[in-house]
Amino acid sequence: MTENAYNFAYLDEQTKRMIRRAILKGLAIPGYQVPFASREMPMPYGWGTGGVQVSAAVLTPEDRFKVIDQGADDTTNAVSIRSFFQRTAGVATTTHTQEATVIQTRHRIPEEPLNEGQILVYQVPIPEPLRFLEPRETETRKMHALEEYGLMHVKLYEDIARHGHIATAYAYPVKVEGRYVMDPSPIPKFDNPKMSGNAAIQLFGAGREQRIYALPPYTQVVSLDFEDHPFEASKADHPCGLCGADDSYLDEVIVDDAGGRMFVCSDTDFCDARQSAGFKGKDAA
Amino acid sequence: MYVAVKGGERAIENAHAWLAEERRGDPSVDALSIEQIREQLSLAVNRVMAEGSLYDADLAALAIKQARGDLIEAIFLIRAYRTTLPRFGGSAPVDTGRMTCARRVSATFKDVPGGQILGPTFDYTHRLLDFKLAADGDVPDADTRSAEPTHVPHVTAFLNREGLIEDAPADDTPPPDLTREPLELPASRALRLQALARADEGFTLGMAYSTQRGYARNHAFVGELRIGSVPVEMDIPELGFAVEIGEIEVTECETVNQFKGSKTEPPQFTRGYGLVFGQTERKAISMALVDRALRWEELGEDNQGAPAQDAEFVLYHGDNIQATGFLEHIKLPHYVDFQSELELVRKLRREAGAPPVQEAAE
Repeated sequence: MTENAYNFAYLDEQTKRMIRRAILKGLAIPGYQVPFASREMPMPYGWGTGGVQVSAAVLTPEDRFKVIDQGADDTTNAVSIRSFFQRTAGVATTTHTQEATVIQTRHRIPEEPLNEGQILVYQVPIPEPLRFLEPRETETRKMHALEEYGLMHVKLYEDIARHGHIATAYAYPVKVEGRYVMDPSPIPKFDNPKMSGNAAIQLFGAGREQRIYALPPYTQVVSLDFEDHPFEASKADHPCGLCGADDSYLDEVIVDDAGGRMFVCSDTDFCDARQSAGFKGKDAA
Repeated sequence: MYVAVKGGERAIENAHAWLAEERRGDPSVDALSIEQIREQLSLAVNRVMAEGSLYDADLAALAIKQARGDLIEAIFLIRAYRTTLPRFGGSAPVDTGRMTCARRVSATFKDVPGGQILGPTFDYTHRLLDFKLAADGDVPDADTRSAEPTHVPHVTAFLNREGLIEDAPADDTPPPDLTREPLELPASRALRLQALARADEGFTLGMAYSTQRGYARNHAFVGELRIGSVPVEMDIPELGFAVEIGEIEVTECETVNQFKGSKTEPPQFTRGYGLVFGQTERKAISMALVDRALRWEELGEDNQGAPAQDAEFVLYHGDNIQATGFLEHIKLPHYVDFQSELELVRKLRREAGAPPVQEAAE
């Protein structure tokens, strides 16, 4: 079967309409998980099928599409998803955050601030922030409905009692506009503050779990914390070895058999742009 | 010097090329044809059709070939294809009483109207490797008997006549469809049966087996197991009546389960039901047992906390395409999450007074 046998951006228009309705509902109730009839996609569940369906539903032929995984445009699954939409939608693609109109991401928010008119699509493995406290969907839906988030606060408190810190480093739970506790997807907590007041539309798709949720532009998103243990966005305490940035999230890379390591920006576009502008880190060639 | 992880695109292309070569195997050995797979690996084809929820033996055979015999991968290919197909409508319910049976056995009665037909079963074969098959595959013709195109009554109907088994009245409510609507709980029996019919055979078997070993034991007898082809009819609005559009092979299992009665129900036998595409009797029997276990609530039985009684547990974990995707996604890069965990563990260790790790080489 040729690519022409499929509709623009793979999904048929009925399915896109169903997804768009879920997105609109999600935007109307920020942070609320909207059930949607997720389709089997030609890539496995858990590999971004939720994000792919959301992207397919929002993409238009005029869009410029960027895909990142772990902040990088060149990781294998990002390459695979980008080429999927090149084939099925023929949309223009880019690696530049500023140029993109739709950005699909796994595990990161780009370093460069987003603008109005941009859409950030998150791939979400487990949309339910309460899932690891209560495995039953029937229960967690009730807890959200009743705004019963005590269990989550107890968990965070127990972390502090045992470790002196909240022992959650990624997928750090947030509260949206003072109402729904939401899973930000497995982004490092370093990225959490970028969600709040963001000018872009943020859409979250969980394919296997059949949920979509959303943050309209300029939504207030607060990371859960306590007055005496305020939330802290953390990162490796180094500058980037390639571009010297000291305010970007870093990957740690083991560079030799002796365990020597260097730290580099996880956002490859951000790092490349800085290097082109002449910034140099200590490990740059 | 660190070299950025570049070249994902080329790596993927090369991996695909290598995969294609491995799939073909030694080119001096003849390639399998779709027809060979369809005819000679028909039980694999049946499983792919059943769990892929698409009745097309040729496509299932193609998927098996493409997936190098990995049936879950083949099921995935079929599911991803199926979801792109337009819906013309729904068929009328198939009448398994009109089945042309290739196999039909009852474990509850020695003989039944319509007779017991063993059919093409492994049941009484001795599991000895047949080395003749390795040499040549020729088999002598089996004796034949023409199928009697009569109505073959269901065994449970005989029990029903005496009121010994719960009634199962016809219900014309259109069944929900979990391939078009998100799964929401509580799930009706029709929805549970749909989920079980396409659930992983191994998962369903394990769940069913657990009920036999005492986790919500419900004393199942195979009231009847039948395999054969049934006509599929569809209402054509322009015609105003149903016409036959084809035939499918299905396996149907009805279990007869003990039931001592509850506050609301008198003592009588109860039912479990399994219906699966193709000759797939292990799956159909398993499905019937799990169906029965999931019915504890409507029958007023105790919740024993057994996994097979837990609809949320069974329905959320029985789909092998969902399960395998999520399981295998942990192969994807997670360095960002892992990095944040690294920072956290280092910080906690520092504060716990653990000696710092020696840096790099000595």
